[in-house]
Amino acid sequence: MADTDSVFEFLHMQIVEYIHDVHGKESENNATTKLEEMGFTIGQRLAERFTKETARFKDDLDVMKYICKEFWTALYKKQIDNLRTNHQGVFVLQDNRFRLLTQISDTEEFIVPAAKYLSLPCGLIRGALANLGIPSIVGAEITTMPMCKFTINIQKH
Amino acid sequence: MSRQNSARADGKKVSSELFTLTYGALVAQLVKDFESDEAVNKKLDEMGYNIGVRLIEDLIAKGNVGRCHDLRETADIIAKLGFKMFLGVTPVVTKWSTAADEFSLILENNPLAEFVELPSGHENLNYSNILCGVLRGALEMVQMEVEISFVQDALRGDDTTELRVKFIKRLEDAIPAGEE
Repeated sequence: MADTDSVFEFLHMQIVEYIHDVHGKESENNATTKLEEMGFTIGQRLAERFTKETARFKDDLDVMKYICKEFWTALYKKQIDNLRTNHQGVFVLQDNRFRLLTQISDTEEFIVPAAKYLSLPCGLIRGALANLGIPSIVGAEITTMPMCKFTINIQKH
Repeated sequence: MSRQNSARADGKKVSSELFTLTYGALVAQLVKDFESDEAVNKKLDEMGYNIGVRLIEDLIAKGNVGRCHDLRETADIIAKLGFKMFLGVTPVVTKWSTAADEFSLILENNPLAEFVELPSGHENLNYSNILCGVLRGALEMVQMEVEISFVQDALRGDDTTELRVKFIKRLEDAIPAGEE
């Protein structure tokens, strides 16, 4: 059985480091955008492949549930722990133990530097949603390591 | 609802697709960032090295392997344990040099290049060059200096993908793991 988990984590770390090295010189924002873009293309393709045989989704909430359960499990081996919505296009996905953060020390001082490991995953969600017909803006924040919240703002469509 | 029993049931496959696509996005970005294919190859090798020096710990911890007594044993572990564990494939070890200090790893299908087609104009790009770096970094951590290169790549129209591994020397003292 292949165990690509650790390889993926190492690869992701190298990518984040590289992008911040090359594109983050002028501003942190450039690097964040680049990583987000990369995540977007990956998410789009993954969603395309995963949902090939899936029944049609009823509505946005249905898609969101799919992202929280199957998509998340496929990528990170666990479901989203909490899904909340204001029923006006804002969804908050909370992962109490986000896999890409578990290798980083959980002390408070790492909260800020750890944020750069969330850009690509944000793009992944946005890409997957875009592929399922939902344009959105996705942001993430860490309050305590390794817990993190992804906020999805659905754009009118 | 038949949603549960579709492609996602095979979690392993899916996470390897995530890996494959992520690697693809990286290569695409590097091709944009660097002017020449050689520079991309070099960067991939460098990143691979950084991964290799960490991955070897994972391999030794999970794989329950001891010290290798000769290169044949090393080759065996790389192919049957390393590649198997991390990429899910087992390359064939072959083409030993007479001095038994060189061998080839033949990859029937390369999981990194699963969805890839090389556009023209990138004849010198070694798409999976990260593998060279990974092997080099990993072996350096067990005191072996090696030289690794792609001699064939199915992506460039060759029959198979072939990595050539050449043993250079045994490193005497453990060199501290510095990042390149």
